[in-house]
Amino acid sequence: MNMDPNITTDAAPSKSKVTSAAEPDQNDTHNKFDTADTVPAISVESVSYNYGQRKALDDVSFKVWPGRFTALLGANGAGKSTLLSLITRLFDTGVGQIVIDGKSFKQYGAAALAPLGVVFQQTTLDMDLTVRQNLKYFARLRGMTASKSKQRIEETLTSLDMFERVDEKVRDLNGGHRRRVEIARAMLHEPKLLLLDEPTVGLDIQTRRIIVEHIHKLASNSGVAVLWTTHLMDEIRQDDELIVLDKGRIIEEGPVNEVLARAGSPSIEDAFEALIIGEKERL
Amino acid sequence: MNMHMIRAFNGIILREFLRFFQQRARFLSALVRPLIWLLVFSAGWRTTNGLAPWPPYQTYIPYEVYMIPGLCAMIQLFNGMQSSLSMIYDREMGSMRVLLTTPLPRWFILTSRLAGGVAVSIVQVYAFLGIAFLFTYFEFLDLDISLFGHIAVLPALILSGFMLGALGMALSSTIKQLENFAGVMNFVIFPMFFISSALFPLWRIRDLSYLFYQFCQYNPFTYAVETIRFALHGQFYGFGVLIVALTAIVSLGLAIYAYDPARGIQAKPGAKAGPKPA
Repeated sequence: MNMDPNITTDAAPSKSKVTSAAEPDQNDTHNKFDTADTVPAISVESVSYNYGQRKALDDVSFKVWPGRFTALLGANGAGKSTLLSLITRLFDTGVGQIVIDGKSFKQYGAAALAPLGVVFQQTTLDMDLTVRQNLKYFARLRGMTASKSKQRIEETLTSLDMFERVDEKVRDLNGGHRRRVEIARAMLHEPKLLLLDEPTVGLDIQTRRIIVEHIHKLASNSGVAVLWTTHLMDEIRQDDELIVLDKGRIIEEGPVNEVLARAGSPSIEDAFEALIIGEKERL
Repeated sequence: MNMHMIRAFNGIILREFLRFFQQRARFLSALVRPLIWLLVFSAGWRTTNGLAPWPPYQTYIPYEVYMIPGLCAMIQLFNGMQSSLSMIYDREMGSMRVLLTTPLPRWFILTSRLAGGVAVSIVQVYAFLGIAFLFTYFEFLDLDISLFGHIAVLPALILSGFMLGALGMALSSTIKQLENFAGVMNFVIFPMFFISSALFPLWRIRDLSYLFYQFCQYNPFTYAVETIRFALHGQFYGFGVLIVALTAIVSLGLAIYAYDPARGIQAKPGAKAGPKPA
């Protein structure tokens, strides 16, 4: 494997073959949640979507596995938000299918969304309610008992250093704290798949770093599968999985180090640029 | 209905109440608006508008007695539209997404949300009726509504609340931007209220203008007002109940259709501009 010397090897997973984000490599030792019968947390299969004549997504397929942090990288307008709207069933999947934890929308309808935790790009908290009221509301929507929701509210907020703010109104919190509350809310029902749509947009560098660190830990420690959409490349680490979306098509996918090796680039920024230029030339 | 549904239903209702009581100005205006109508309008008209016996009334009644059901329905009309405004706001602010990504059928989520709005509107109506009762007690007004009438009106309020809320919900699905809501005020709320039996009995409207009378007869709000009127006087108005129930069902059906990503106008893949996520 032609690894660039600029890439530190301590974080690189010991993959012996190119696997892509589609299959967990059984030789891969960095993911303790892989077993022979591991079911992908989400499987997007040949999904296409049009806005009138304009193709927003073109035959998109990928899988996200438990315990992995998968970054969906794409410039503005690449189709990330459309894809997320399809995964969260805000849009209907016309062509192709989406299966979450083995359950497809077509077969199970809204019930297929049960293993999903979502942090939307836009704040979706109720500003006039307190943090606790917001989280309790969400817990009820997810059918959690009062005692379970109380316990989980304390656990998730504590893990994000936010429990002392539990009785404050959301309106009184700053952007970073609101984002932490949204992450706590998304984790409240212990989802198998955590979906985050550009969650660090508009946040300061320190808050971004804390959130990126927290979510990476969450994936590696609790086994939750993470699908993180971004256009900020410094949020992606060497041991993450990467899917690069451009003009509605997946142009590259796989473990970051392998994507870099294939692109012959020392950094994700360079690899991304090379891939986009290559794609333009191909078209 | 399983336990998940019951908990989600409770959660949605509770949130509507929390939001309502947090927004004190909304609570206050919900009470002040009908009270101004009751005190100012009815006081001015009572001398000239004593009303002849006409079902459900057995005898001549003062004008304020006539106005009460129309004002109860007005509270629900405004609340229904307020609820639809809040749905548009939630959609623009994104919190509607939290609701719509709940692993429950969309019809159930929207019906629960509607029920929350209805519950809030009923609290407003009873607060108004309570104040109206105090006015009667201290002899400012002469409203003769029995305790039984206050209880019997509850099912009528539930039904009319569902109809007006469902109408608002169906409307909200067609409104793309919050700014367009002013149009709803001008073209829905005011015509619905004024072209109805809320302020004047139909027989008097018919005497004045047959065309206007016809408009009133095709307005479902008229039947909501009359259903409430009969119920407040301990009587059942079957035809009104039928019209109100049918309008509620059709409106709710349209709202559910509109919010369904597979079919509705919220996400039409063929649309020129991309569908805006709910």
